Amino acid sequence: MSDSNNDSIHEDTTTGLNNRKLLMWAFLGSDCMFFASLIATYLVYKGKSVTGPNPIDLFSIPVTSVSTFVLLMSSMSMVLAYSALTRGRLKVFRVWLLSTVILGMTFLGFQVFEFRDFTVNEVKISCEQNSPKYLELENKLSNSQKSEYKKQCSENLESAHIEFGMTPRTNLFGTTFFVLTGFHGAHVTIGVIWLLSLYFYSFKRGAVSAERHLDVDLAALYWHFVDIVWIIIFTVVYLFGVYEGF
Amino acid sequence: MTSFPLQISRPIHPTGIWNWITTIDHKRIGILYGVTAFILFIIGGIEAMLMRSQLASSNMKLINPELYNQLFTMHGTTMIFLAIMPMGAAFFNYLIPLQIGARDVAFPRLNAFSYWTFLAGAIILNASWFLGGAPNAGWFGYAPITGKAYNVGHGIDFWIVSLQVLGIASLAAAFNFIVTIINMRAPGMTFSRLPVFTWMSFITAILLVLAFPVITVALIELMFDRFYGTNFFITSAGGNPVLWQHLFWVFGHPEVYILILPAMGIVSEILPTFSKKPLFGYPVVILSGIIIAFMGWMVWSHHMFTVGLGPVANSVFALTTMAIAIPTGVKIFNWLATLWKGSLTLNTPMLYAIGFILTFTIGGISGVMHSQAASDAQQQDTYFIVAHIHYVLFGGSLIAILGGIYYWFPKFSGRMYNETLGKLGFYSFFIAMNITFFPMHFTGLNGMPRRIYTYSSEFGWDFWNLISTIGVFLLAAAMIIFIYNIVSSWINGEKAPADPWDARTLEWSIPSPPPEYNFAVIPTVEHRDDWWEKKMQNKTSEEISSGDIHLPQPSYWPFVVSIGLLIAAFGLIYNIPVAILGTAITMIGVYAWSFEPVNDPD
Repeated sequence: MSDSNNDSIHEDTTTGLNNRKLLMWAFLGSDCMFFASLIATYLVYKGKSVTGPNPIDLFSIPVTSVSTFVLLMSSMSMVLAYSALTRGRLKVFRVWLLSTVILGMTFLGFQVFEFRDFTVNEVKISCEQNSPKYLELENKLSNSQKSEYKKQCSENLESAHIEFGMTPRTNLFGTTFFVLTGFHGAHVTIGVIWLLSLYFYSFKRGAVSAERHLDVDLAALYWHFVDIVWIIIFTVVYLFGVYEGF
Repeated sequence: MTSFPLQISRPIHPTGIWNWITTIDHKRIGILYGVTAFILFIIGGIEAMLMRSQLASSNMKLINPELYNQLFTMHGTTMIFLAIMPMGAAFFNYLIPLQIGARDVAFPRLNAFSYWTFLAGAIILNASWFLGGAPNAGWFGYAPITGKAYNVGHGIDFWIVSLQVLGIASLAAAFNFIVTIINMRAPGMTFSRLPVFTWMSFITAILLVLAFPVITVALIELMFDRFYGTNFFITSAGGNPVLWQHLFWVFGHPEVYILILPAMGIVSEILPTFSKKPLFGYPVVILSGIIIAFMGWMVWSHHMFTVGLGPVANSVFALTTMAIAIPTGVKIFNWLATLWKGSLTLNTPMLYAIGFILTFTIGGISGVMHSQAASDAQQQDTYFIVAHIHYVLFGGSLIAILGGIYYWFPKFSGRMYNETLGKLGFYSFFIAMNITFFPMHFTGLNGMPRRIYTYSSEFGWDFWNLISTIGVFLLAAAMIIFIYNIVSSWINGEKAPADPWDARTLEWSIPSPPPEYNFAVIPTVEHRDDWWEKKMQNKTSEEISSGDIHLPQPSYWPFVVSIGLLIAAFGLIYNIPVAILGTAITMIGVYAWSFEPVNDPD
């Protein structure tokens, strides 16, 4: 979209704002409604799953806190990249831009790890009569999981290992969780591709410079937005899911 | 600039069909939108005629129930998403840059992309007729009948995917118009001088930007349920079909205003011109539009009074629904006051505009009747609702659009239409419309439900149904007069002057049809209704252009990106590798678009 790609300081528009920047803000407004609808769906269905697992059975707050921190740091490196560019320091700009890409990819790596971890989750339940773990999970286990527990215990094991994983098909929590965080992950992926494209584009002479920084500015806006959405998701989905009454 | 491998130079002076495929001129795109939407409107009309033929008398066996379900679904979806919305987009495209004194929209290529993507969505939806059956769950697609368990064919898949594609087209267009109206205004064209049509388009675009993501999410959820077995609307897993209704109507009610606000804008241009008076209460009309758009978000549950949301929810939504009638009523009185003591010219566009006030008021009043939750329980899903929706969409949006086509016909075609045929077309249209839709009030109050393919004679619904069916064929005849008038006048009508109506806004200050660059010299605006004021002060002298007008050049890529989306959409339904291919084409198109050179040496 480089219909007006020579972003000089004075814009020849009615308001003096750049067209593409205005477009980006309008898009972000629209994207707010997109995530608002997904989060609303998640909240409407919170605690309505017929079977487990529930958030408290799967989430590891320390792990997700680390990936959240990584994503927050990527916003900072994005700011530093943009700041370096406006000061004309192209090499520093590239370093920070690439850092942002790497941090974004690290976040995505965490997400892939987490998704996989959730799908292959297993619980260990001791076979003693009325074991507290069994009582806790009794309402969340499906009938086939319960018979698997009885089967393993009848084989004189001390404890049973029950598959307690979650896919988008398992229950409402799985459905809403994977679709919401999946679409956020897709946004991050698009952002990573965009920033990486800008990184290679910056090697073309004069493509980005202290005067021509709009392309980077727009990508940065998008990146920060995706970051903010994650803060909401982390709070609403992860923290509210694990800490009762949060 | 040779680093990007797909850096193909822009088409230079394309001819024939390439001229249209690569065009990024907002006027040509407007005409493409208008003609395509009108063809789809005729398709939707034929679907309606088939349904009315089946309902002409009791126990008819013309159309089987399965086909009938597909017909009413396709009729509703086509008329709303493929006919009225894009007809509105045709006016936005053609008029907004002319009314604000700009040479094009802010993103000409994005504009072309919107059109081609809209066409792709229309093709996908209508392809379902030939690929195993059209969608059959109504235009609102209530869960759970859209679920895989109750709807095994591909019809709903086509419906979901085409609405997603149409959503992309609408969003792209809305972003474009928002930026255009904020940023491309001529010097002096402040928001308080903006023509009313442009104002209403601006509000509509904001509604679109905020409402479409909601239905996008609803459709994504339904799509995941159908394609990947998730549980969003699966009751056995705890899913709640009412969630679909909420998401759909949170989008659906603003959508109603997306359909009617452009029509209100058109009428607000026609009435002052032919009353020789400024619009009565311009700021109030604008403010009412803003309030309607704002309150349009607070009334969605009045579509759900019979769901059982409880007395508190029903009361709140009943009150907000009654309240939203106030700004609408304010507008009607403003239009009446515009006519009051005006020196009226009763030509064809003016007749359509006055007809709009009459029929839209009838539709508005039956709308307020539905706001009473208690009585709505009786009207829900009867033909009374069908009467209401047709009085506001057909007797509201469409009648204003037809009036708008006549009003701006000299501008976009450069020729005058036939006034006698125009008036004949209007009167037959107006009478036929009321013959078709007014009896539906009676059948509805007598308890006839919507979406039934036939009925028994003992209910006593035969007579008024027959009248409605006769009406729809008269309506078809009236539309033939309209089409004949437009087509024959476009081919060999009298040449139109620049300002045949002695009108008020900037589009009439330039030749008919406008040159590619619109304004030889960008006008400086000093008043509301600036062109009128300039004529009053004899300041209309032809200004000579400096000669060097830079215009954006045509481009292949919007078309390529849309083709990619079309392929991806079919792939999503049938074959995932094909979807990946389509996405790849889209991605290549987006990159090539981004790196396309801005200026080619000629």
